[in-house]
Amino acid sequence: MEILNAFFVSPFVDMAEYPVFFAEVVANGFLTGIMYSLVALGFVLIFKASETFNFAQGVMVLFAALTLVGLQERGVPTWLAIGITVGVMVLLAMAIEKVMLRPLVNQDPFILFMATIGLTFFLEGFGETLWGSNVKRLDVGIPERPLEVPLGGDFMLLNEFDLWAAGIGAVMVLGLALFFHRTTIGRALRAVADDHQAAMAVGISLRTIWVVVWSVSGVVALVAGIMWGAKSGVQFSLSLIALKALPVLILGGLTSVPGAIVGGLIIGIGEKIGEVYWGPLVGGAIENWFAYVLALIFLLFRPQGLFGERIIERV
Amino acid sequence: MTTNGGPLLAVNNIEVIYDHVILVLKGVSLSVPEGGIVTLLGANGAGKTTTLKAISNLLKAERGDVTKGSIEFRGERIERSDPSDLVRRGVIQVMEGRHCFEHLTVEENLLTGAYTRRDGRAEVQEDLEKVYRYFPRLKERRSAQAGYTSGGEQQMTSLGRALMARPSVILLDEPSMGLAPQLVEEIFEIVRRLNEEEGVTFLLAEQNTNVALRYAKYGYILETGRVVLDGEAESLSANEDVKEFYLGVSGEKRRSFRDVKHYRRRKRWLA
Repeated sequence: MEILNAFFVSPFVDMAEYPVFFAEVVANGFLTGIMYSLVALGFVLIFKASETFNFAQGVMVLFAALTLVGLQERGVPTWLAIGITVGVMVLLAMAIEKVMLRPLVNQDPFILFMATIGLTFFLEGFGETLWGSNVKRLDVGIPERPLEVPLGGDFMLLNEFDLWAAGIGAVMVLGLALFFHRTTIGRALRAVADDHQAAMAVGISLRTIWVVVWSVSGVVALVAGIMWGAKSGVQFSLSLIALKALPVLILGGLTSVPGAIVGGLIIGIGEKIGEVYWGPLVGGAIENWFAYVLALIFLLFRPQGLFGERIIERV
Repeated sequence: MTTNGGPLLAVNNIEVIYDHVILVLKGVSLSVPEGGIVTLLGANGAGKTTTLKAISNLLKAERGDVTKGSIEFRGERIERSDPSDLVRRGVIQVMEGRHCFEHLTVEENLLTGAYTRRDGRAEVQEDLEKVYRYFPRLKERRSAQAGYTSGGEQQMTSLGRALMARPSVILLDEPSMGLAPQLVEEIFEIVRRLNEEEGVTFLLAEQNTNVALRYAKYGYILETGRVVLDGEAESLSANEDVKEFYLGVSGEKRRSFRDVKHYRRRKRWLA
C-alpha cells in the first residue's frame, strides 16, 4: 500500500500542490526537448532523402561546433565564423557525396550505414587534429541570465539562453517545413524520398539532392552544436547527444520533420518529470534511461512512430 | 527538326549486360521516326523494359550496362548521358508500374515533371492546365495523395508528369498493366491524341499486342533479347506467326483447346 501510494498518488499530489514548480519542470523539459529535436532533425533529413541512417550525425554536430570555436579562437568575429562554418559544412556535404555516396549508389542501405560509421571516426579524428581535443568554451553572445517569469502570483525560474534556443529551434523547423513544401527543390527532395527511380526518370539528379540534403543537415548540426556547445562545452562527448536523438526518432518517426520536434518535446518533458517526481523513489538517474524505455514501448505499439509516413497499402 | 533526315531515335545493335554477367539484350536495333508511335512487343523477360531503360539510361541504377552498340537521339550519341540530361533534351521514360510519388499530391507529382525546366512559373502553369485538359479526372483529384488514387489515375498521373517535361519522345513502359480493358483504351486514346495534337513521339513497350498494334504505326517483336520480327503495324497483325503466338488466334477459325496439342506452329526463327 505504501509503495502504491508513493508511485501512483503522492507524485500527483505534489504536482497539484506546487503548480508553479511543476510548470517550471515542464518548461525546462520543453526547452531541453527542443535541443533533442534539433539533433533528431538532422537524422530525419538524411533518412528521408537516402533511406540511410546517418550514424555520423552526432559527430557532424561536434565537427561543426569545433570548427566554429576554432575559428573564434583565432580571432574571427562570431558572425563571420558562423558563415565560414556553414561553408565548411556545405563543402563537407559535397565531399561526402563525391567520395562516399556516389561510389556506393545502388548498394544496400546497410552498406551506406556502415560507410557513415566510417565517416564518424574520420570526422572525429579530423576535427580533433585540426582544432585540438581539449574542452573548449563556446560563446556566441546569447545571454545566459536567469529569468523570472511571473505565474499565478508566483515566479518561475527560466534560463534566458534556453528560451533563445527554443526560439531558434522553432524558426529552423518552420523554415524547413516551408523549404520542403513550397520550393521546387524541396518537392524534388520529397519525390526522391518516395521513389528514387521515378525521381531519376523525371530528371531529378540524385547527386544534387544528396548535396543539398547533407548541406542542410550540416547546417542543422551546426545550430545544434552551437546550442549544446554553449551549454556544456565543446568536447568529444558532444557527439554522444546523437544517442539521445535515437529514441526521439523512434517516437516521432524516422521520416517526419514534425515527428522529430514532437518526439523531442515528449522525451524532454517526460524525462524531466520522471526524474523530479519518480526519480527519488528508485534512487534517481531516471533521466538517463527514461527515453530508451519510452522508445521501446513505442516500438511495440507503433513502430512507424507518431508521425512516421504511413505505409500506403492499396488493397 | 531531325538532323540529316534520320530517325529521331535510333538504337543500333546494343548489347546489355546486368551485373557484369547476365546478358539480356543480344544486339537490338530499332528506329523511331519523329512523330511516330512505335511499339515493342514481347513476352515477359524478352527485354522490352531493358531496351527502354537503356535509352533513358536508367539502367545504371540497376547495375545494367550497355556494352556494345550505340543509341542516337537526333543524330547524337546518348548512351553515356545521365537521365536528367536526357530529360532536359526531350527523352523521358514513364516506368512500368506507374511509380507515382505516393506521399505527394497528384498536382505535386505533375509539378515534379517540370523539375528540369528553366522557363519560368507561368509556362509551367500553362502546361499544368494542358495536362488537366487531357486528363480531366486528375484535376478533380489534384489535391489527393497519389498513393491513394486508383490504378488508372496513377497511370494518368505518371503520363501527365512526363508531359510536364515537354518531351519530344516518351518511352512508355506497359501502360496497360493492371488496368481494366476500358481504361486501357482510354489511355491509348490519349496517347494517340498527344501524338497527333502535340506531336509527341512514342516508343511504347506492351504485352497487350492487340491494343498496341491498333494504335502504333510500326512494331518490333522481341524474344529473349533479340528482335525477331518487325514491320508496319497492319502487316504485323496480319502475320500468321504473330497471330498464333501473340494475338492468340490462328488459322481461319478459333480452335478448341482440345485440339491445340495436335498441331503446334513452330517458331521458325528459333534454331
